[in-house]
Amino acid sequence: MIDYSALLMIWRRDMIRLSRDRAQIAGSLARPILWLLVLGFGLGSAFPGFHGIPYISYLFPGIIAMNLLFASFLSAISIIWDREFGFLKEMLVAPISRISIAVGKAASGATVSFLQGCLVLAFIPLVGVSIGPWRLLAGLPVMLLIAFAMTSLGLLVASRMSSFEGFGTIANFVIMPMFFLSGAVFPLATAPRALQMVGLINPLSYGVDLLRWLFLGVRQFPLMLDFSVLLLFTAAAVGGAVWAFCRRL
Amino acid sequence: MNPPAIEVSHLVKRYNGLTAVDDLSFDVQPGELFGFLGPNGAGKTTTIHILCTLLAPSSGSASVAGFDCLNQPRQVRQSLGIIFQDPSLDERLTAWENLEFHGMIYHMPKLLRRERMEAVLDLVDLGERRHSIVRTYSGGMKRRLEVARGLMHQPRVLFLDEPTIGLDPQTRRRIWDLFKQLRAQLGMTLFLTTHSMEEASQCGRVAIIDRGELLALDSPQALVAAHRAENLEKVFLTLTGHGLRDEEVSGPERMRDQVRRLKRWR
Ligand SMILES: Nc1ncnc2c1ncn2[C@@H]1O[C@H](COP(=O)(O)OP(=O)(O)OP(=O)(O)O)[C@@H](O)[C@H]1O
Ligand SMILES: [Mg+2]
Repeated sequence: MIDYSALLMIWRRDMIRLSRDRAQIAGSLARPILWLLVLGFGLGSAFPGFHGIPYISYLFPGIIAMNLLFASFLSAISIIWDREFGFLKEMLVAPISRISIAVGKAASGATVSFLQGCLVLAFIPLVGVSIGPWRLLAGLPVMLLIAFAMTSLGLLVASRMSSFEGFGTIANFVIMPMFFLSGAVFPLATAPRALQMVGLINPLSYGVDLLRWLFLGVRQFPLMLDFSVLLLFTAAAVGGAVWAFCRRL
Repeated sequence: MNPPAIEVSHLVKRYNGLTAVDDLSFDVQPGELFGFLGPNGAGKTTTIHILCTLLAPSSGSASVAGFDCLNQPRQVRQSLGIIFQDPSLDERLTAWENLEFHGMIYHMPKLLRRERMEAVLDLVDLGERRHSIVRTYSGGMKRRLEVARGLMHQPRVLFLDEPTIGLDPQTRRRIWDLFKQLRAQLGMTLFLTTHSMEEASQCGRVAIIDRGELLALDSPQALVAAHRAENLEKVFLTLTGHGLRDEEVSGPERMRDQVRRLKRWR
């Protein structure tokens, strides 16, 4: 069912496109700098932080998750550009299954997003986080898992859109709420009940929780719960994207 | 006996109220060079997209190489190649990368792939620009690359949706020689749309459609004889009328129409 040469082609194509897209690379560096400066240093100097951890350190895992989230959606939504510019037709008439196209897009989008998440790690020395090499290494697969989950969700959203209505709409209604209500910028545990509930159904919360545990040693959910939610969510979102994709033909 | 290369039976396609293809039926035999003619908006591209499994018909059936387009899409896709009317290249990649990726999704082994890539690049004279980003190509160069890519995997049935649009006479001639060669040497079936009556005259048989309906189907010579016309263009205009369709009309045609309208006023 899955066609490996198609997967490889889609993956290589997106890697080449990323390597030629200076604006996207610049964006993935500028975004964390901005958020760390404004929230981390600006807001952080006004109050002491949470759990006895300085705010900028507390925020840092959230910023990694944010870069993963943005990059995932940007690359998933490139499938809409492919439709607009006609390249999708070339893939759709080829003797490869729709599943391979959807899975290939998820894999390449997740890789692009993972790489942009790794860029954020360069700021570790500036945010007062001291993390050992093993924990850092363990953070990489977690970041990859978050990238996969978010790219799959992005594909699901993209496959429901008939044309490119603007990234702003998606950013306002999906990306921003997911980011703010994931525990990335403030702990969910002390938030009002309604916000907590939203946080609990937000799959990104579990990714942020895992990263924060690895980077700072504090967490809110059991580790098994974090992993299970992320894995199940990724599977469901890829499944949903494949289904939506096949139905559209 | 071999099944027809293309079989279309009572095909209908509606787009919310507009009937783009209206009860169309015809067969194309293996190895035929078949011309599919009609004014702008007649339903040619829609029919081709149904045959290529990109669109589902509203009713009726279609098959390619003996496989049903709706129920056996995978086998259909394995049998066909297409040169789209609209751009379908990845313009951020080089010509070489576009061809390489095409070969990969058509499962061509690496050696064969490389060999064919060289061959088709030579054919459309893009060998020297193979490593340039496609966005930096001229319109005609992009078109040439689309043609080259469509030919690369040598399908049994090749759909060509206005393949020579925007090409210079030299390239047009070379590509037409190639079409004939592919038919003679490989027995490839070619299904082609064009607005050039000169090109259409070189087809074995042509179908003329308008508003999604089939108006005539025969060899160009037989059509010209049956209508006692001077050439295929006269037949085409007799059958489809002199009125304009959409915006995409050539200069001379628009002139003729305006002259006729003036005459009517007199
Ligand atoms: N996606 C669509 N949605 C709605 N209507 C469509 C769509 N695609 C095509 N049509 C309509 O279907 C009709 C047939 O279009 P089609 O593209 O098949 O024409 P064509 O014969 O290829 O014309 P041309 O010579 O201009 O390429 C037209 O009236 C067109 O407006
Ligand atoms: Mg057309």
